[in-house]
Amino acid sequence: MKKWMQFLILITSITSTSALLASGGLDGGGGNAMPPATNAKWKTECSGCHMLYHPGLLPERSWNKMMNGLDKHFGENATLDAATRDEIKHFLVANSAEKSTNRRSNRIDQSIPSDATPLRITETRYFTSKHDEVSPSTFKRKSIGSTANCIACHKSAEKGDFSESQIRIPR
Amino acid sequence: MRKNMMLLGLLFSVNVLAATPQELLKQYEVQAKQENPAFSGFSASNGASFFKAEHAHSSGQKVSCATCHTTDPRNQGKTRANKVIEPMATIANPQRFTDAAKVEKWFGRNCKDVLERACTAQEKGDYLQYLVNVK
Repeated sequence: MKKWMQFLILITSITSTSALLASGGLDGGGGNAMPPATNAKWKTECSGCHMLYHPGLLPERSWNKMMNGLDKHFGENATLDAATRDEIKHFLVANSAEKSTNRRSNRIDQSIPSDATPLRITETRYFTSKHDEVSPSTFKRKSIGSTANCIACHKSAEKGDFSESQIRIPR
Repeated sequence: MRKNMMLLGLLFSVNVLAATPQELLKQYEVQAKQENPAFSGFSASNGASFFKAEHAHSSGQKVSCATCHTTDPRNQGKTRANKVIEPMATIANPQRFTDAAKVEKWFGRNCKDVLERACTAQEKGDYLQYLVNVK
């Protein structure tokens, strides 16, 4: 009886895992592309000053820290009313790197030491190892500005698509 | 009935959100009179100097409205994070100063960013008057 139960559980888990993987292949989960995520307030408020950073680029603890310190947001005052702030925070947390099933988000998350809470994506080991062949002077080009301006080279960055085929480094 | 209610709601919300620069100037005038009984109107030329005046920020940088918006408010500006800011002058961008909450949000942030304090109603009104008057 016990053996029979174990067998059943094994079979069920194998089939559900393969089903999950198969569906993952279709909707982008499990692949490299971050899943489409959108929220109207996130879009309006966060893109007022900078490009939209996909929630899958940082873990939950980073988004929480960021949204709780908007009065000193990378040297700028980016305060929001409490309701807007909380809505955006929930959206970011719900779609954060560790909650995402795509490979890139998972690798970003795994490259961050568990005792660290980075606010800059560029501080993660994943980012630095991926960009080590790009010289600092390239990032300083007028057409790029800084490492924070993903969209200068990754034209689909705001959709969470950083695939190799989408890269074009401007002069 | 339901449709009517919805229409009414829509009308109401549109009324609350939408504003004209002139209506905003009126609101700031009311506040300015409360802040200063000797208030004698808004000045576009004071607004123009306010827009360009550089302040020694505690970060060591010299900053002004024009740092990001450029000295000509008919031009597009750029945020420190490289994002385009549409022109501030209403002649170049009719969308400006048509949403009271948006105007207050940005005064709130940017006055603290540049002046490291809140702006007075007089300053806000002068600023608006300047940007509405630019031809």
